[in-house]
Amino acid sequence: MRKLSLVQMDVKQKGKILEVLGGKALQHRFMTMGIYEGREVVKLSHFILKGPVAMRVGRSVLALGYGMASKIIVGVE
Amino acid sequence: MIRKIFLMGNPNVGKSMVFSRLTGVQVIVSNYPGSTVEIAKGYLKIGEEKIEVVDLPGTYSLQPNSKAEEIAVALLQQEAKDEVAVINVIDSTNLERNLFLSLQLIEEEYPVLVCLNMCDDMKHRGISLDVVKLEELLGVPVILTCAITGVGIKYLIERIPDKKVGLIKKLEHQQRWLEIGRIVEAVQKLTHRHHTFRELMEDASVKPLTGSLMAIGILFLAFKLVRFIGESLITYCFDPLFFNFYKPLLDKVSLALGSDGFLHHLLIGDLINGKIDFKQSLGVLTTAPYIEFDMVLPYIISFYFVLSFLEDMGFLPRLAILLDNLFHRLGLHGYAIIPVLLGFGCNVPGILSTRMLESKRERFIVSTLISIGIPCVPLQAMIFGVLGKYSGFYVGGVYLILFSLWLILGLILNRFLKGYSPEFIMEIPSYRLPPLGMLLQKLLFRVKGFLIEAIPVVLLGVLVVNLLLYSHTLDLVTGIFSPLMKGLFGLPNEAIIALTIGFIRKDVAVGMLVPLGLTVKQLFIATTLLAISFPCVATFMVLWKELGFKALLKATGIMILTGMLVGGLLRIFL
Repeated sequence: MRKLSLVQMDVKQKGKILEVLGGKALQHRFMTMGIYEGREVVKLSHFILKGPVAMRVGRSVLALGYGMASKIIVGVE
Repeated sequence: MIRKIFLMGNPNVGKSMVFSRLTGVQVIVSNYPGSTVEIAKGYLKIGEEKIEVVDLPGTYSLQPNSKAEEIAVALLQQEAKDEVAVINVIDSTNLERNLFLSLQLIEEEYPVLVCLNMCDDMKHRGISLDVVKLEELLGVPVILTCAITGVGIKYLIERIPDKKVGLIKKLEHQQRWLEIGRIVEAVQKLTHRHHTFRELMEDASVKPLTGSLMAIGILFLAFKLVRFIGESLITYCFDPLFFNFYKPLLDKVSLALGSDGFLHHLLIGDLINGKIDFKQSLGVLTTAPYIEFDMVLPYIISFYFVLSFLEDMGFLPRLAILLDNLFHRLGLHGYAIIPVLLGFGCNVPGILSTRMLESKRERFIVSTLISIGIPCVPLQAMIFGVLGKYSGFYVGGVYLILFSLWLILGLILNRFLKGYSPEFIMEIPSYRLPPLGMLLQKLLFRVKGFLIEAIPVVLLGVLVVNLLLYSHTLDLVTGIFSPLMKGLFGLPNEAIIALTIGFIRKDVAVGMLVPLGLTVKQLFIATTLLAISFPCVATFMVLWKELGFKALLKATGIMILTGMLVGGLLRIFL
């Protein structure tokens, strides 16, 4: 298993969230939207020039800024 | 005893629609997270009692992350727990994420009813839920509803008195998710299906290339449709009304008033070549209604129809991802496109909706940019109406200037304002085909809002201006500003009256430029100035309320400075 940030993952790749970096407030915000350790995610898209990332978590599609996405560490096979 | 009913739930689960169904009060409902920024209140009769119902902005948890969420949580916490009922509205196709807030509400011992909304969508998505089991596990009443069609609402009302403090005791966040996992496992069954066409489109819409192509196509079509509906309404509906029915009536009034004199001047205005000219006469009964009903209203109708459709289908959040990169350079994130688009209709709701953004700095930047660079429908209709007959080049020119200003000012503000702009994280809703009935209802609501707000102001505004013109009181003012007007902008003295009226209403102000006999170049400079320089009074008040007095002064200063600069430059270079 490799450890990647959400930004580094390839589009369509699946993985499991291993760690969520960032301050308490951000972690909490992620948590309330269903982003926390152990969740499975599928990356849906990636925009160039440090643009946003879209992913599927559970039944929701979430879009998040580049900085936020780089704080989500995912394990992929 | 229940004194108040709160509707609470995640963003974009249909709370406002449930609210509408419960109270009969019309509110704006859209398919994007955060469309409710103002708190709507209404009443519901249960038995003999009339109970207040409050529609709260969507929130993911009881620990707020934005201004709108803050308001929601604060309002809930104000009340004594035993005197309220909380209807927790849930998107039944996304039970897992929605339960986080439900569990928090139950843990905090609020008397709760869970309303599983959007149940019509479950079938398409291959989901089935065991409602009885869910009720048992949570320990509170659970009701299936579909607010769009009204299914289940009657039963929801019947069960409100059964609201209950649930069974779940205080949990840590991580434990709460584990608990949610167990609950979902027990009540939800998923049938595997192949990807539908809708899902393919949804996936394509968040990818850079396909998403951009789709967005460009949709925006182009939207623009064409606004023009088409607006023009058709003018040609086939409002023009005939004005020229075939209203004008003969006015001719009689004019004759009865003796074709001249004080009253004639106020009501009919000046006769052009012995005839009433709707565009130039400037009377309370002639030009004022003509501008509002025959030039502006058709476009209000067409713009809001198309905007409502885009809102309800779920297009706006997708546009937000595509624009995130660009907006970051301006100190904003992609989500700021929603206030901006609303601002194209009218700046007031645009600025109000900046509440969905997190930081004060962002809200200041967007609000300032909206009031400078986003022309509202009435202004745009007039720009098209007045400049369009010369050449599309001038109309395009105004837009080009506004758009460049937007970018330049955004870059400057981002560079010099202290603080940083946070990034966005948002949920992308599924595409939905909005039912026509709902669209029309929303359209009617917005058009009514426009009429109530605009008509009295316009009639009164034209009346006051006519009085001032008749008594020559304005000569003094025009004299004072003459050096500025003539020297800086190359405009005649009288144009200052139009620019001043711009503070009251922009559409009337552009209309007042018409009788001045300006050259195209002057007309172009004056309309551009009107668009940039100063917000109308309604926008001014909402800026004050939302940003505070200091920020209002700052924003106004920026606007006046920009206006002078652009006006002066245009004069030199044109």
